Amino acid sequence: MTEPDLKKMQTELQQKMGTRLEITADRFFTFLNIHPADLLVLMKELRDNYGFNYLANITSVDYGEKFAVVYHLYSIPENHKIAVKAYIDRSLAEIDSVFFVWPTADWQEREVYDLMGIKFKGHPNLIRVLLPDDFEGHPLRKDFDMKGVKKC
Amino acid sequence: MALKDRQQQDDVELLSKHNILVTTVEKLWNWGRAHSFWPLNYGCNCCPIEVMAAGAARFDMARYGYEVVRAVPRQADLLTIAGPVTIKMKPVLQRVWEQMPEPKWVIAMGNCAISGGPFKDGYSVLPGADSFLKVDVYVPGCPVRPEALFHGMLELKKKVERGDY
Repeated sequence: MTEPDLKKMQTELQQKMGTRLEITADRFFTFLNIHPADLLVLMKELRDNYGFNYLANITSVDYGEKFAVVYHLYSIPENHKIAVKAYIDRSLAEIDSVFFVWPTADWQEREVYDLMGIKFKGHPNLIRVLLPDDFEGHPLRKDFDMKGVKKC
Repeated sequence: MALKDRQQQDDVELLSKHNILVTTVEKLWNWGRAHSFWPLNYGCNCCPIEVMAAGAARFDMARYGYEVVRAVPRQADLLTIAGPVTIKMKPVLQRVWEQMPEPKWVIAMGNCAISGGPFKDGYSVLPGADSFLKVDVYVPGCPVRPEALFHGMLELKKKVERGDY
């Protein structure tokens, strides 16, 4: 996908999603800031109609009141990349799983769950992947308390 | 010196004239142990690279007789911990340690294994291997140079020759 095509994609998506999609950009990525309720619709659209066949990375950010879940998507045939960002409430900390869109999301979503405590609805096996099973809390949250960590 | 001791001394001198040495079995074993550690290496990234350098031709760990690096704890008697021990890795390392036959020793190689290093305040890293194992020799460095590792091993050699373990 060449540069004008990406612009075309953005306008098309904006028309489709309306106010639930906000497009920003920085030096490295174009961000599609999507309302979490429409995440799966947007992801399927990106995969099926715009050739984003590779989910490179899922990560999350703790902004205090809100969490952001960030998806880095690549299109291998078109040699293009884009980032999708969804803001969710800290109290709820829940978002739809993209496991059935890109199966590679399996372990990445488990890692985000493990370290940030975000629950992915529809994930088939949402258990800890890096930390021990009996670990308490989610250490990358800003309010994580080290006092609870048992070291030997 | 009592008469009996003097006689024994004479006996020893007489034997050594005929190329017969007298010692205790324990000392002989310790001499053998100290000159041929069979190390088992545990590590993560940078210290094991130095261990590899130590084993290779430029530094050549075989000069001291320590080149029989084992992949199996049941055949090893020296555990070289060359990396931070995480909470999740602790039971594994404990199990490896328990599988090693006696007598056995531990070298904590590098700052991470000694104290947790830069990661000691983290949520997943133990503050040093000595929080659950009895460490014989600490070799500081980040990473440890092969010469320092050899120094550590030779210090352990002295310790074993003394029977001090």
